[in-house]
Amino acid sequence: MSDILLQADKLAVTYTSTRGPVVALQDLSTRLHQGEFLSVLGPSGCGKSTLLKVVAGLLRPSGGSVTLAGAPITGPRPDVGIVFQQPTLLPWQTVLDNVLLPVRTLGMDLAAGRDKAMQLLKLVGLDKFARHYPNELSGGMQQRVGIARGIIHDPTLLLMDEPFAALDAMTREHMMLELQRIWMATGKSVVFITHSIPEAVFLSDRIAVLSARPGRTIREVEIDLPRPRTLATMADPRFTEICNELRALFTDLVKFD
Amino acid sequence: MNLMHERLKTVLYPLITFAVLLAVWEIAIRVFKVPNFILPTPVSVVQALYRGYVEGLYWQHFFFTLQSMLFGYLLGCTLAFMLGCLFAESRTFERMLYPFVVALQSMPKVALAPLIIVWFGFGIESKIVMVALVCFFPMFINTAMGLKHTNPALLDLMNAFSASRWHILTRIKIPSAAGHIFAGLQIAIVLGLIGAVVAEFVSSTKGLGHLINASAVNLETNTMFAALLSLAVLGILGSQVVRLLHAKVVFWDKQASSQAIVSE
Ligand SMILES: Nc1ncnc2c1ncn2[C@@H]1O[C@H](COP(=O)(O)OP(=O)(O)OP(=O)(O)O)[C@@H](O)[C@H]1O
Ligand SMILES: [Mg+2]
Repeated sequence: MSDILLQADKLAVTYTSTRGPVVALQDLSTRLHQGEFLSVLGPSGCGKSTLLKVVAGLLRPSGGSVTLAGAPITGPRPDVGIVFQQPTLLPWQTVLDNVLLPVRTLGMDLAAGRDKAMQLLKLVGLDKFARHYPNELSGGMQQRVGIARGIIHDPTLLLMDEPFAALDAMTREHMMLELQRIWMATGKSVVFITHSIPEAVFLSDRIAVLSARPGRTIREVEIDLPRPRTLATMADPRFTEICNELRALFTDLVKFD
Repeated sequence: MNLMHERLKTVLYPLITFAVLLAVWEIAIRVFKVPNFILPTPVSVVQALYRGYVEGLYWQHFFFTLQSMLFGYLLGCTLAFMLGCLFAESRTFERMLYPFVVALQSMPKVALAPLIIVWFGFGIESKIVMVALVCFFPMFINTAMGLKHTNPALLDLMNAFSASRWHILTRIKIPSAAGHIFAGLQIAIVLGLIGAVVAEFVSSTKGLGHLINASAVNLETNTMFAALLSLAVLGILGSQVVRLLHAKVVFWDKQASSQAIVSE
């Protein structure tokens, strides 16, 4: 758990828009260890998605540096998987083909990919919808397709942008347990963005709390609850205590004037 | 049951309009004693159509126009599609062509008809070239604009998974632009028919446009009307085929077929 996979140092991102420059991130520093589960928690619009895009190599930072396994990030990499905040499915492809997208773009074996895709669809509860088109699915179902697509090529680093936000409470808990199971079984490193404090506490080894825009890390919390965590963990007094601590921190952050 | 009713109405009501129109037309001619060489009676138009298509004189004109239309359309649209892709994909190419595209776009292409006759002769070649020329622009602009307006989130997605440029173009940009591309195809079919007729007006020995032109000399207005009706049938047929293809190909977009609004 000691070797650092991802390191952000004084990261800054400024968007240029017609309304002038928008500073989304400023002086953000954080790190992710090999095999670690890191959650990023922050108020809406503070730059969480922006951070993820930088790590995914989709956006050049305007200042500071990010390194992945010691090398600066110059573009997208095949060993990184991403689940976007919006499902972003191709409406002209079936659910199965959508999940197979990374298999195709990365030139992996299609037959093996198909089996894997069906397995993942079963895992997210959508194996019966493999031949359906995205517009026949609900928002939560679409998001689950996006999750399956994000991990089909077995990435070592998984980036997830509020993947469970569109899910109902039951499905969300199920998905949280599944994600923990996959993570524990495969040893992936995960950057997980969320609005939900209990979700972050339940899943993470560590939580980075970002300030309101421009986002920077204002607090890092290690979560030392034993693994594997179960639904009973959420009733644990220690769990509640950490949640309350974070909630107190958050109420100060989310103040609209 | 109710659905049948609705369907029946969509067929029946236009037919009623048509019947009323014919009646007014026929009555007006009788009441005001309009001479036949100014406005033919509906009956004489039907007679002309009957003579033309049953005895067979019109078919050669009909097929001539259909052929110039078809080949010109395919030629113009294919070229426009390929160049549109190039234009949208290559910054250099775009910079080189942009001013000319703007300049040519606002020029009425049909004005080139006489020149094209000079270059390509009186036969079908000049008609095909004319049709291709007028089809080219709407198709080119729609393809290029459609490709350039791909949802950035989809591009992020493809880039995140290291998709090649070719993969992005063929699997993402072109399907995304399908609505635009079909709008281009729809406009092109209407303009193409205009192009064919204009070229035939300028100089031709065949075609429905030629038929109109030739019968004008002899004041055979019933033949002119018969040719006009034939052109309308060609136009409607063409538009309908494109509309059907649109709905079939762009199956994921439920409003697809109603999206393309053709205007001239
Ligand atoms: N393409 C863009 N152009 C200009 N400004 C942008 C752009 N994308 C994001 N922003 C701005 O940058 C800031 C951060 O956006 P980002 O999407 O990273 O927030 P977020 O933390 O993910 O929010 P949420 O939790 O609501 O998803 C926002 O204030 C937003 O308005
Ligand atoms: Mg976001």
